[in-house]
Amino acid sequence: MVNGYAGKFLEIDLTNKKIEKITFSDKILQDYIGGRGLGVKILWDRLGNMWETIDPLGPENILLMLTGPFTGYFLGARICVTGKSPQGNGIIGSTVAGEFGVELKCAGYDGIIFTGKAEKPSYVFICGDNIEIKDASHIWGKTSRESLRYLIQNSINDIKKIHPNYGEFKEPSVLYIGPAGENKSRVAAVEAKYAHAAGYGGYGGVMGSKNLKAVVVKGFGPLPDVIDQNKMLELSQEFSDNCFRIEFFRRWGTGSGGYTFGADSSSEPVKNWQEEWHNEKSYRGEEFDKLWVKKYWGDYGCPVTCLKLGVLRDGKYAGAICDNPDYELEAFLGTNLGIFSPEQNIYLSYIIEELGFCGIQGGAILGFTGELFQRGILSKEDLGGINLEWGNVDAFAELARKIAFREGIGDILAEGIYRAALKLEEMKKTEVLKYAIHLKGMAIGAHGLKSGKDMVTRTSIGYSVSVQAGDHTSSASLPIDGDGSELYSILSDSGVYCNFTTFTLAFDQIASFYQAVTGWELPTERWFSEKGLRILQLQRTVSLLGGPDAEWRSKQDDTLPSRFWEPLPSGPYKGKSIDKNTFEKLKSEYYTAVGWNDEGVPTSEILQKLDLKDVELKLKKEGLL
Amino acid sequence: MEDDNKLWIKRIYEKCSGCRRCEIACSLHHEGKIWPEASRVRVFMFVPGVEIPHLCFQCNDYPCVETCPEEALSVDDHTGAVITDKSKCTACGICINACPGRVPHLHPQDDYIVICDLCGGEPKCTVSCQEGKWDTLILLESQDVETEKVSAKTPKKLAYETARKILGEKTTEEVYEW
Repeated sequence: MVNGYAGKFLEIDLTNKKIEKITFSDKILQDYIGGRGLGVKILWDRLGNMWETIDPLGPENILLMLTGPFTGYFLGARICVTGKSPQGNGIIGSTVAGEFGVELKCAGYDGIIFTGKAEKPSYVFICGDNIEIKDASHIWGKTSRESLRYLIQNSINDIKKIHPNYGEFKEPSVLYIGPAGENKSRVAAVEAKYAHAAGYGGYGGVMGSKNLKAVVVKGFGPLPDVIDQNKMLELSQEFSDNCFRIEFFRRWGTGSGGYTFGADSSSEPVKNWQEEWHNEKSYRGEEFDKLWVKKYWGDYGCPVTCLKLGVLRDGKYAGAICDNPDYELEAFLGTNLGIFSPEQNIYLSYIIEELGFCGIQGGAILGFTGELFQRGILSKEDLGGINLEWGNVDAFAELARKIAFREGIGDILAEGIYRAALKLEEMKKTEVLKYAIHLKGMAIGAHGLKSGKDMVTRTSIGYSVSVQAGDHTSSASLPIDGDGSELYSILSDSGVYCNFTTFTLAFDQIASFYQAVTGWELPTERWFSEKGLRILQLQRTVSLLGGPDAEWRSKQDDTLPSRFWEPLPSGPYKGKSIDKNTFEKLKSEYYTAVGWNDEGVPTSEILQKLDLKDVELKLKKEGLL
Repeated sequence: MEDDNKLWIKRIYEKCSGCRRCEIACSLHHEGKIWPEASRVRVFMFVPGVEIPHLCFQCNDYPCVETCPEEALSVDDHTGAVITDKSKCTACGICINACPGRVPHLHPQDDYIVICDLCGGEPKCTVSCQEGKWDTLILLESQDVETEKVSAKTPKKLAYETARKILGEKTTEEVYEW
């Protein structure tokens, strides 16, 4: 019995309807932890030697939903969704908060591995040892709210049959997709609850490609035993007390950022990143606060509860339910579309969720299309009659619907900004790619770099050398063992824990918690020079291998979108830009620090040191090394 | 026993953050483990955003105690909490149906009923809730207007009523039926 883990994983072959329970050795769990790290290991072992041939939206891709040893014990529970990404063609560890991971562990499983493709729309129901692949035809095509309502109510009836005399039990947890995912959009999210999503990576589309509408799980057991519960609880209390002290974050969540990242730090995307500054007082946190019906909303075990429940109870958009919205959605479904009304922002965030998009990736495609409309590259006719002017929330909502159902132009846009731009360039015989603000196929989080004042991404190379490209929750910086290192993100996504409850914690404190749960030591040195670094090299390798429709090379792709090299056009930091020489120098230093050659490829030396000889062989075979 | 001396956990459902730290505290106290279904206070969430911490309402007439055929349930003189005698309980479930809120439930592993015992007078759930300043579960040391039996409702009914307060009537009809 391994402490902190349920000790088994479910492997579900959707093609052959075969369900197995599998285990991983202690050594693998010690080296790869869980979540993102373990996901990378599983994907590499099974798909690595033919990585470039695997279609992320084909039945050969593997979809993973993995907890980690922190899940359920640490403050704020999350689960990691991963697989080969249809956006970046590498691996993105995409995590989402909620009770799903806790229920899964209480049901006796650390994670689920999905292979193949169901022959018809299906969902998987898990209640302890009762596991069923069930028909989802009647909710296929339904929006998120309706799907979730059906799945919860129906599953409660199914659980009642298993536990007829139990009395009332808590509802099961659900991960699900909306229409965008069903229609294999590359910008679709895996959703949870309301307003919760594993967005980055495009795994909603992967679920859709497998005909998998949802996974429903109910557990009646306890969380697995830990090795030193007293120590764990003592640390929990200490870490919670830290969180309670960060009053600002509890009060506002990220919901005051919609104004401050624009007005104060000039790092918020406005109209598809044409500007990064605005001073729209209508968009201040105080204005959002008026629409919050619950000022503390959170997930399992969370002391911060940074979410707020935003609900429109009356007016034109009555019925919309959303979180704050959090900052990313305030930006991508607000300022980046020229929308500066909290009410409209909540409404659009709700629509995006109903349709099953990632707020960031889905929002980015709306902004990109908005700019093409502004520049006359796409006409009202091209857009099926939509007058896509900045700030026209109804127009953006209608476009989102077209994308989710792949109607007209929506069929192209559902492929995400990078692929849509390539296609539109061909169609329109004009330059389009420069308006796709992407890195390696992914839209970039709403944290601009030019002002140098953004508090999330502190260095100009943050996105460029990250193994998760534009993911603002996994940006890179030096020193490699410093506060902003991507190896911290790899640990949190592998743990799997929330990085909003760990702001003030040092590595040692997190490692102590891990040890209290698992009994295994995690010395700082071993994480930063071995275990974390090994996961990083694997993720870098699959990103370089890419395929079948895109691959990324350091020379051209470890860069920034062309717009990011232009000076800021407005605001207090007007004229500020990123110095290319400094950028190249930093990039080169980063390559050296993580053991990559001048081409950005992991060297034989580092791969051998990390016991990754098969990776070295593969890179050599493909002519990359 | 005088009702005036009853401890009472007041609940303000609209404020519940859904953090479920009350469940964690409760199950650690009673089971020595984190165990959501074994917790004596359980947060139901039929509609996300409408979280209902559900625990014993301590009805004035204690129908669960009255109907128990095994005399396995009794009322604690000091706190007013319902106490389960595990050795007598046969897990017949009669108390579940007698309870207007359907609060009692089987222990998820063993054959006996679990009901909030107010931790013997020092409830852990209210401490964890107050610590985070969520103010959803509040320990009162005297009778409250809500201690009338009328407050005892099932999780589904409470979810419906609370959803109407939080989301409005129209949206509630759309997202929830009970």
